[in-house]
Amino acid sequence: MSTLDFFLKNYPQIWQLTLEHLWLVGVSMLLAVAMGLPLGILLTRRPGFSRPVLGSANIVQTVPSLALFGFLLPVPWLGERADRLAITALTLYALLPVIQNTCKGIAGVDPGVREAARGMGMTDRQVLFQVELPLALGIILAGVRVATVITVGVATIAAAIGAGGLGEFIFRGVAMVDNRVILAGAIPAAALALLADFVLSRIERRLAYAS
Amino acid sequence: MNGPAPHAPPSPPGEAVIEFHQVWYHAPGPAGAGQPLLADLSLAVRRGETLVLLGRSGSGKTTTLKLINRLLEPTRGEVRVEGRATREWDPIRLRRRIGYVIQEAGLFPHFSVERNVGLVPRLEGWPPERIHERVNELLRLVGLDPEQFGGRYPRELSGGQRQRVGVARALAADPPFLLMDEPFGALDPLTRAEIQREFQTLQQRLNKTIIFVTHDLREALLLGSRIALLEGGKLHGVYAPEEFTHGTDPVVAAYMAAFSQKPEAGGQESK
Repeated sequence: MSTLDFFLKNYPQIWQLTLEHLWLVGVSMLLAVAMGLPLGILLTRRPGFSRPVLGSANIVQTVPSLALFGFLLPVPWLGERADRLAITALTLYALLPVIQNTCKGIAGVDPGVREAARGMGMTDRQVLFQVELPLALGIILAGVRVATVITVGVATIAAAIGAGGLGEFIFRGVAMVDNRVILAGAIPAAALALLADFVLSRIERRLAYAS
Repeated sequence: MNGPAPHAPPSPPGEAVIEFHQVWYHAPGPAGAGQPLLADLSLAVRRGETLVLLGRSGSGKTTTLKLINRLLEPTRGEVRVEGRATREWDPIRLRRRIGYVIQEAGLFPHFSVERNVGLVPRLEGWPPERIHERVNELLRLVGLDPEQFGGRYPRELSGGQRQRVGVARALAADPPFLLMDEPFGALDPLTRAEIQREFQTLQQRLNKTIIFVTHDLREALLLGSRIALLEGGKLHGVYAPEEFTHGTDPVVAAYMAAFSQKPEAGGQESK
């Protein structure tokens, strides 16, 4: 059976795993943004925290993904369910680009605009929501895009701990030494990454303010 | 106090609405440990006047301005606005009573001209129709047709147009005070002269207390009712424009000389 035939024959399973994969990536990205965005904003208000926060996120990124999954296994509550563990690890990986780009984006706002905003009597919150965030949105979205693409890739490892996703086929194929099975996982994963990059780029372009 | 008291003409009538009482300002952090940016500044601004803060770069004029709307706070001494120390004012309420115009306008690039000008009224909760009327009124006041310019974005405007919008924005909520930090400095000489003349006409209609920072003597003489000369973070003196042009003080004279020199044409001797 050729690779193409294999795909066509196992279509339902490929589709199922793709959905699982999307679920893992989606939840992790939502958490990463929900935590990373406020953290990034906090860092622009309290620069003293930059070193510890960015430092920690950096360390997490350097830990090899499989190792990180392994480290989290013994943690109570987390280690009990594979998907919980996978999502935690994926979220941690996605944090750095989101935090860093939020900081950079806000810091990159024209200081004259920020000064004018403050001088006119805008509260810090008004400056943040009406000036800084809208102007930083382009860079922040770029960070989200990068984080998403990374997450799609790292999520393939989730299968190693039984969390599902397209990694299942990849690992199974490696165990069976069957290229078709590997590709059945790898190709959709790559396609997902490209799709995410494409869709988020369009959104970025639409929403970002072009100075 | 060392040295003679700085020169000051008899005070014009009108109460002092902004006062500096022996104000010192050091930049924050280790950099500020050395020279103060402002040393022992005492000054009173009268209601309705246009006080020009004149001085070279680094003389402390922008620092002085920012102490008024509390973008900066004095290291020592007190700045009072309408009788109350800036430290006691709620900074937001204080700044909403003060129009602020900076060089390069600082317009929000993601807001249309209309949204930019209507910013403070919107923050203050004015009803939309009133904001719209006020924006149109102000755009006309600064010489911009509301139909044509209201919907445009700052990147579509020339430098002069942007600056006009900046002035309109500062005036929107009709604040009693106006702080202007070298507002026309980034414009080409022709546009600058034009805007200066228009602003001079505007001044008379506005009836506001204006503090205007510049290093351009001509602008100071044209627009100021009094000129406060700052040198090295200290107040050198406060002068009426006529006193300045006929001043014998060396620093004043140096200013006059610098601005009356005509540039020599290349290779030709001056006659």
